[in-house]
Amino acid sequence: MTGIPFLSLAIWVPIVGGLLALASGSDRNASVARFVALFFALAGLAVSIPLYTGFDVTTSSMQFVEAYPWIPRFNINYVLGVDGISVLFVLLNSFITVIVVVAGWEVIQEKVAQYMAAFLIMSGLINGIFSALDGVLFYVFFEASLIPLFIIIGVWGGANRVYAAIKFFLYTLAGSLLMLIALLYLFMESGGSFNILDWHQLKLGMDVQSLIFLAFLVSFAVKVPMFPVHTWLPDAHVEAPTGGSIVLAAIALKLGAYGFLRFALPIAPDASHAFAPLIITLSLIAVIYIGFVALVQTDMKKLVAYSSISHMGFVTLGFFIFNPLGIEGAIVQMISHGFVSAAMFASIGVLYDRMHSRQISDYGGVVNVMPKFAALFMLFAMANSGLPATSGFVGEFMVALGAVKFNFWIGFGAATTLILGAAYTLWMYKRVVFGAVANHHVAELTDINNREFVFLAILAVCVLAMGIYPFPVTEVMHASVNELLKHVAVSKL
Amino acid sequence: MTGMQKLYLLVPLAPLFGAIMAGLFGKIIGRRGAHTVTIAGVAAAFALSVIIFQDVQAGNTFNGTLYHWASSGGLDLEVGFMIDSLTTMMMLVVTFVSLMVHIYTIGYMSEDPGYQRFFSYISLFTFSMLMLVMSNNFLQLFFGWEAVGLVSYLLIGFWYTRPTAIFANLKAFLVNRVGDFGFLLGIGLIAAFAGTLNYTEVFAKAGELAGMTIPETGWPLITAICIGLFIGAMGKSAQVPLHVWLPDSMEGPTPISALIHAATMVTAGIFMVARMSPLFELSETALSFVLIVGATTALFMGFLGIVQHDIKRVVAYSTLSQLGYMTVALGVSAYSAAVFHLMTHAFFKALLFLGAGSVIIGMHHDQDMRNMGGLWKYMPVTWITSLLGSLALIGFPFFSGFYSKDTIIEAVQLSELYGSGYAYFCVIAGVFVTAFYSFRMYFLVFHGEERFGKAHHEEAAHGHDAHADEHAHDEHGHDDDHHDEHHHGLAPGQKPHESPWVVTVPLVLLAIPSVLIGYLSIDKMLFGDFFKGVIHFAEHHHAMAELGEEFHGSAAMALHGFTSLPFILAMSGVALAGLLYLVVPSVPPVIARVFSPIHRLLENKYYFDKINEAVFAAGARLIGRLLWKVGDQTIIDGIAVNGTAKAVGLIAQLSRLFQSGHIYQYAFSMIIGVFLLLAFWVNRG
Repeated sequence: MTGIPFLSLAIWVPIVGGLLALASGSDRNASVARFVALFFALAGLAVSIPLYTGFDVTTSSMQFVEAYPWIPRFNINYVLGVDGISVLFVLLNSFITVIVVVAGWEVIQEKVAQYMAAFLIMSGLINGIFSALDGVLFYVFFEASLIPLFIIIGVWGGANRVYAAIKFFLYTLAGSLLMLIALLYLFMESGGSFNILDWHQLKLGMDVQSLIFLAFLVSFAVKVPMFPVHTWLPDAHVEAPTGGSIVLAAIALKLGAYGFLRFALPIAPDASHAFAPLIITLSLIAVIYIGFVALVQTDMKKLVAYSSISHMGFVTLGFFIFNPLGIEGAIVQMISHGFVSAAMFASIGVLYDRMHSRQISDYGGVVNVMPKFAALFMLFAMANSGLPATSGFVGEFMVALGAVKFNFWIGFGAATTLILGAAYTLWMYKRVVFGAVANHHVAELTDINNREFVFLAILAVCVLAMGIYPFPVTEVMHASVNELLKHVAVSKL
Repeated sequence: MTGMQKLYLLVPLAPLFGAIMAGLFGKIIGRRGAHTVTIAGVAAAFALSVIIFQDVQAGNTFNGTLYHWASSGGLDLEVGFMIDSLTTMMMLVVTFVSLMVHIYTIGYMSEDPGYQRFFSYISLFTFSMLMLVMSNNFLQLFFGWEAVGLVSYLLIGFWYTRPTAIFANLKAFLVNRVGDFGFLLGIGLIAAFAGTLNYTEVFAKAGELAGMTIPETGWPLITAICIGLFIGAMGKSAQVPLHVWLPDSMEGPTPISALIHAATMVTAGIFMVARMSPLFELSETALSFVLIVGATTALFMGFLGIVQHDIKRVVAYSTLSQLGYMTVALGVSAYSAAVFHLMTHAFFKALLFLGAGSVIIGMHHDQDMRNMGGLWKYMPVTWITSLLGSLALIGFPFFSGFYSKDTIIEAVQLSELYGSGYAYFCVIAGVFVTAFYSFRMYFLVFHGEERFGKAHHEEAAHGHDAHADEHAHDEHGHDDDHHDEHHHGLAPGQKPHESPWVVTVPLVLLAIPSVLIGYLSIDKMLFGDFFKGVIHFAEHHHAMAELGEEFHGSAAMALHGFTSLPFILAMSGVALAGLLYLVVPSVPPVIARVFSPIHRLLENKYYFDKINEAVFAAGARLIGRLLWKVGDQTIIDGIAVNGTAKAVGLIAQLSRLFQSGHIYQYAFSMIIGVFLLLAFWVNRG
């Protein structure tokens, strides 16, 4: 391994870029801010790529580790490292940042520098979350990343943005306070260590495990979001600007799920097993109940938001059936959902920028005037319905196989997504895209321009590539997932 | 990779290349470029299939992995090929029919603005179907399975401005997804209990699986697997009650009705079950289920063909019924007979569909048979080839359909499976029904009074092919419905005309196998060792073996056919159709009136669509609305979330009362507090 601190770079390059963009000041220099943002987003992606190419798939231990003392008095350290699970999310996040910058290029005309800065800073913070191995460092990144997203929704959002932003903020903050308590308890119990890997080895009684698990559950369930703490998400999506929705769906929802893998499962394995029936039930409710709810949405963004909840139900389901197919399928599903939900929200953004409406009933016959867009949107809709050869299929298929193996009826419930997912996605597609031109607003639509084509096409390539050849993704995570499963199978009592 | 393996790979890739070229670069290469590149791709695939077929006949089968798709928890998910006699037969059928349809499309779609898109789709379909049949594992099978479904969806909705077309394609996709639900669970059970998705490895463990039960349900594992897989087949191969999408799929252009919704895609379910014969043979329950579903489809869908006025819909119901015959054959373990019928049917049904398409071109896109009649004079090639196709369909001796259908009927007769009595009744009665509706159509279209150029039966003419295209690119947002008023059909005095050679040549080329293939290949395919080692049947399922002993050559079988019950029934059906539609055409409306309850039942397709619409579609929307309004909005957001916010507000308001800012109130509260504490302390002591 070279001595280059790639993880630190992945965190700080976007943040520095964001500060520089911010420094470019007023909207008179908007194009400077845009190019600065694009440059640093690409640089952030560039420094993330060696994390994958240099990754050793044979080991489950942390790689690219960096450790420096931060607040020695409390034994708080700046420790970074990635395993086969988190490395994928760092890559996904750096990639999505580029997409978001391009997606907001000429759409955002007001406070451009601040907009770009918010996304870049958030990108760095999120890379920090995925690579932090110190509890306090993790918590700081975790909470700090809320702020840019809160600002993005609150400033560049729709009419009801303040309500949505506050709902989002209170929900997630309330959740993470319990996590903080759990982290402090673990610090005391471990004899003064904030190192997450130390906590993994900590022996804990069942009562303690249960409380810690519940604290984590509340915190992460809100982020995922799991039923019944999901209602903030549709509101936040509806009000968020396109870029905000993309990051929210593609990245922010993954933080909670990642938390389960990094904290809840390895620190409280016995409690995880004990609470598994509850989580599985909530996950199936998310898949089925939310699937039905998505079916009747009249607002495209709400529909896709509900569909996200349903897809994330597959993720939590996969985690808590404790077999490799389930967990690896869930991780694949998270990555895929990153591409697909980003693409869905980007596509809706393309329509919204032209029509200023998200209501399905305002559309109809878009294919007649936007054939290029319709073709790409078709691909994304199919990926959202889990069609084979798109990334959307891979994770759902693996989790469904794992679920059938775990318990036939759970597999049965999970497989309903084949029908529900197709129903709500394609019904929306039919009403928006197919048909004769519905009204003169639709008739005046212009097809996607080169910039829009580029970022949608890049997402399309990702969706297809991962569907046709997911091997490189599953290959990376094997060692870490197997180690996690081995760890979770051993009782700590 | 050996030379032969490279050829295997080229077979699906050639059409894929054509599809990509026509799809992404259609504007650049133009119409001529699009049809040249796609036809070249499919022709190459066909030629290679012939070579591979001969190679397999020489004994060189292949089963191997192409690449590792993913792996997890000891389960290897791969993409790979299995090349044996069953595969090569399917490859030949798929590429040949596809090639015919590609050529035919040049004529049929010549005026359509979506010309390149159409060629791209049908080549993409060919690729997907080839991947499906060439697969050596369940993952790729599922890939192909869903991919052909996708292309079917895209093609049914090809004329996307028509409300009926985009309703039909959504319906087709969702009904197929219901089937896939079962299919996925079947595959899931295989993965869970066999630990592999590779066909050969699963078959090797079949005996082991047969002894297991599913712990959570207590069901015998092998039965659950087979029924799950078969539910998938019911969706794809349109078996009752998942058949509802197929008649509506006629909204798509006619070439794809021939290729996808008659010859190839809808037979994927049949192919799959035949491929899985080592599993199905282990579950009598599953076989009975297959048998009864197939028999019901064979007879009851045939009845519906009798009351249709739209020429394409008659052929569509006939397809449903014939798929039922194939399924029946699977049920009685006559897998080879099912696959044999699949092959003969692919030729004659593609022929009938393309013939119907030719008639539709000749009639200027009028599909209502009540406006036709006497077309034999104007469209001689279409007339003769359609007659040959119809004779093959009703199982006239020496024609291909005779060999396959007669074998199925005899196999059912010999079967001792639960439900075989019912099935025998259905398939034998179905012979009469098939002959009746087929020749009703034939007589209405080609013989009798010339009814074109007169008043139109507008109301029954569904989905007039083509010609909605002017509106497809209508950018001024008129209402949807006005294409229905659009003039179609022949003007008064106008005569139909024979179609161009790109249309008639495929008809002739399809007519040849429709007539001859049965005679030529029955010996080898059914009673030789063509399927040896590919299709398995248990010792006690002896129907095919017994038939083999009785078989003394194709000619003898056909001659014997002239004296058999099916022949008498078929001839009665033809005679009755001739009587009712040529001799006394005034009678059928009277019959319809007299038996109006039955007629209404048939006109409404046994009310399947209405029930599905009212129960499943409306029910799902109702559940969704209830969960959303009551669950999310009232309980979670209303009571829990905003309730919490309100409670916080309420508490704040209450506590504000204590913060009045008046010293005397604070002092008074303090005194009360002190008294209370004192009282508490004193009492405790």
